[in-house]
Amino acid sequence: MVLPVPQQRLLDLYRVMRRIRAFEDAAETASQGGVAAWGLAENATPAKVRGPLHLSTGQEAVAVGVCANLVRKDLLTSTHRGHGHTLAKGADPARMMCELFGRATGYNHGKGGSMHIADFSVGMLGANGVVAAGIPIATGAAHALKLRKQPNIVACFFGDGAANRGPFLEGLNWAQVYQLPVLFVCEDNRISATTPTGPMTAGKGVSARAKALAIASEKVDGNDVEAVDAAAARLAAQVRAGGGPRFLHAVTYRFKGHVSVDPGSYRDAREVETAKQSDPLLLARAKLLERGVPAAAVDAIDGEAGQEIAAALATADAAPWPQASAAYEDIMNTVTGAWR
Amino acid sequence: MNAPERKTAMHTQQMTYAEAACLALREKMRADARIVALGEDLGRGGVFGQYRGLPQEFPDRIIDTPISEANIMGAAVGMALAGLKPVVEMRVIDFALCAMDEIVNQAAKNRYMFGGQGRVPLVARMPIGIWSASAAQHSQSLEAWFAHMPGLVVAVPGTPADNYGLLKSALDSGDPVIYMEHKELWGLTGEVTVGSEVPLGRANVLTQGGDLTIVTWSRGVSLAVQAAASLGKAGIAAEVIDLRTLWPWDRETVFASAVKTRKVLVVHEAVQVAGFGAEVAASVAEHVGCKVARLGAPRIPVGYAQVLEDESRLSAAKIEAAARNILK
Ligand SMILES: Cc1ncc(C[n+]2csc(CCOP(=O)(O)OP(=O)(O)O)c2C)c(N)n1
Repeated sequence: MVLPVPQQRLLDLYRVMRRIRAFEDAAETASQGGVAAWGLAENATPAKVRGPLHLSTGQEAVAVGVCANLVRKDLLTSTHRGHGHTLAKGADPARMMCELFGRATGYNHGKGGSMHIADFSVGMLGANGVVAAGIPIATGAAHALKLRKQPNIVACFFGDGAANRGPFLEGLNWAQVYQLPVLFVCEDNRISATTPTGPMTAGKGVSARAKALAIASEKVDGNDVEAVDAAAARLAAQVRAGGGPRFLHAVTYRFKGHVSVDPGSYRDAREVETAKQSDPLLLARAKLLERGVPAAAVDAIDGEAGQEIAAALATADAAPWPQASAAYEDIMNTVTGAWR
Repeated sequence: MNAPERKTAMHTQQMTYAEAACLALREKMRADARIVALGEDLGRGGVFGQYRGLPQEFPDRIIDTPISEANIMGAAVGMALAGLKPVVEMRVIDFALCAMDEIVNQAAKNRYMFGGQGRVPLVARMPIGIWSASAAQHSQSLEAWFAHMPGLVVAVPGTPADNYGLLKSALDSGDPVIYMEHKELWGLTGEVTVGSEVPLGRANVLTQGGDLTIVTWSRGVSLAVQAAASLGKAGIAAEVIDLRTLWPWDRETVFASAVKTRKVLVVHEAVQVAGFGAEVAASVAEHVGCKVARLGAPRIPVGYAQVLEDESRLSAAKIEAAARNILK
């Protein structure tokens, strides 16, 4: 069956969103009994995915809509909630899952885990454990691209909470002063850990701050992948054309707790339920069906994603652990046995 | 002050390290209206439950902040100069690195640089240590950085009793205190003498022994006591000293023990190179002239996978091996 072109694009976007959802659902399950980050237990029961696991469940449309407008050589900086950005930029879910499992075959050889997931080979320069830390790095990467006269751009993802850290202002100012090729993307899920961001943020929101620096911005429904795609297409084209930085404010919602073991009890359950009605995957699916794509075609995508992630889990489960000696690799002057 | 100091009769109570800190802060806040606490997520009792119940009791004085570490710390300096006693919550020490100018150039130097005109009585809590596979940016122990800075007090409680007693003394110190709880100790339960205080600069001798001295703090404390018990079974008597504060540190107690045992092992979770253990070992060597050794982490970031993390972790077995080594 030949599908009309626009539906093909939406199907492609849907496929990546589904892959992210399946990846994160699987990682969430594998983290159960894991880190007691939000409890008081001294030692957590070992789980396959240990450590803090920040899920972007519900926010997939932002990563996917933006990355659909990037090419492999474009660069990307991420946050602590970076699985979606990494997958959407083209990383291999099996190698990512190996990293979450702490295996030697993971992207970081088991050194980073979820919070530092990265695939430099597709331009994904790393998830980050420090809020807003990616912003100056993105401006620097964009500065390098400009100095080296490369035709690429940088996508810089950060949360709404990051806009209250100094590096947000410093980075935006820098990018504008030097007219750098960077697309700032505020993934606004309206909460920062346990704190609603609104009452902590003065003025008219993040785009107003961008506007104050004369950086053109667009606000978009971050649950509507087509809307994100369209806005990102416009902005990325302007950035690519040498127009300096642009700013995308995508409003979405975090379905899960701050980390996978956080029940999120500080949030109104009704608010969460209401938000789930705007699940980006449900919205995209409904649009596809409405436009005549057979349910079976969408189900087939779901099935493929499920299989792909099941295979990634199996790969990760069977993958070797790092050697203890690897603790002394990729760091200076610490060869095993040497003076340290 | 709006509430008169309530003199609690001394009694002991079992509680966790987190609860002990909570109780200490509650008592102090009841007694002194100048004390406020500020930091991210404090309105829900803090991410480790170390402020649980306080937002309800002191809704105006437990201050939820934006994610703005530099300003949280800088504002605390300003609050202190204008008559408050702020408790600053940095969540984990790794994020305090976003506020280094405010700590090092502003808080630490104010009193001296302005000729004693101002004081900065703030307590900056910045939990340290390896913790549940949290990897390189959430696992650091940087106490030596702050011990190096003139103007700062550095406290490193290793038990619930000390977390209770030291936090109270920190609030009384009048100078900026870098207060480092350990992230893997929050759930540790122990006996706390309610109403007591632990003075800054006074070590705690946990086990007596004549064969060697083990000096440690924070997460090292319970592990060193375990190692000492195991050494004891082999007929080796180790004297375990918990420093409890790194600045000022209790040189007299350490030197007296060193004179007795002639062998001092300093143990800490932080990277060994340029760690505070180096200061203790050098001081002992200079003043007592006995054998010294150090046990700290290798100079590597903390890795995520368990095998990698274990390379950086302290353990009773590692301490015991280092103790046997110095006895050779
Ligand atoms: C500098 C710094 N401060 C605090 C934290 C702890 N922290 C981790 S995530 C988070 C909330 C971030 O909110 P936001 O930027 O909106 O991203 P979201 O978690 O909602 O995706 C906080 C406070 C941190 N990682 N880094």
